[in-house]
Amino acid sequence: MVTDKLSNSFFSGLKDGIPIGLGYLSVSFTFGIMAVNSGLPVWIAVLISMTNLTSAGQFAGINLINAGAPYIEMALAQLVINMRYSLMSLSLTQKTDKSFNTLHRLILSFGITDEIFAVASGKPHDIDTKYMYGLITVPYWGWALGTLIGAAAGSILPESVSSALNIAIYGMFLAIIIPPAKKARPVLWVIILSVTISFVLRYTPYLNKLSEGFVIIICAIAASGFGALFYPIKEVAE
Amino acid sequence: MIFIHILIMAGVTYLVRMLPMVIFKKKIESNFIKSFLYYVPYAVLGSMTFPAIFSSTSSLYSAIAGTIVAVFLAFREKSLLTVALSSCVAVYIIEWILRFMNLQ
Repeated sequence: MVTDKLSNSFFSGLKDGIPIGLGYLSVSFTFGIMAVNSGLPVWIAVLISMTNLTSAGQFAGINLINAGAPYIEMALAQLVINMRYSLMSLSLTQKTDKSFNTLHRLILSFGITDEIFAVASGKPHDIDTKYMYGLITVPYWGWALGTLIGAAAGSILPESVSSALNIAIYGMFLAIIIPPAKKARPVLWVIILSVTISFVLRYTPYLNKLSEGFVIIICAIAASGFGALFYPIKEVAE
Repeated sequence: MIFIHILIMAGVTYLVRMLPMVIFKKKIESNFIKSFLYYVPYAVLGSMTFPAIFSSTSSLYSAIAGTIVAVFLAFREKSLLTVALSSCVAVYIIEWILRFMNLQ
């Protein structure tokens, strides 16, 4: 019980956010470079990062801005690319404790990203708002700072280093999903199914035209549905 | 005009995150939905990682090396930071070797 209290604090959240923040530095760095190369001012690039806090959506967004796309196209593209957050947000509502009132929900939901969701949902117990504020802090500023550095300083990182940093996020994902998959066979089957569908959608003609956001939604619904159908959880894992 | 674009980007992205969180305040009773939501993180992260991880670096070989290192260390239950940075180092080393071989 004591360790549960400790691990639910703001500082424990901060600590868990550090690897995410480091990963974000490299990704947002790339975003900053791309945004400026496409003709946007530095501060616009930073403004986008600080108001959006999402990778794929922002990369698509600067293309649409530069293409002078209609507003409705921008809205639809963001909706499709980022719809997966709804699923994550919904999933997190089952892991939040009583400290999550409406105000905290309005604020904290802004910080739900793939990685933050992954770490929060990987916690063995329910999370409180303090933990969540801590968890979001480092990645948020890492994302903003990386964008600023990338946009302002362009290519100070050698290509070899930025190439290596690009795999960091995926390494982190693997570190999150593999240990539970080792312990629970159903989790392993869900992952295998999801990865298989992902491969099929990426390499099948016509289907490979689906946006990345859609692919993730399809994989998530199909594989989680399979898991829920064939391996329903007996008791809530709290 | 650029501000309206950014406003739409930020607004839509915020709404898809915020609405489920604010609307669903109770613990869900249905065991099917509970189970479904329990599996969502694994399914999402699995499909986001593969096959994207293989094209995340500048060479397929370095990406495969990075993936092997990450899977191995994750299997040994090392911390997120250890797994992430080790796979970066593996990628860096392999790409260094590849460049070295090309120069010879």
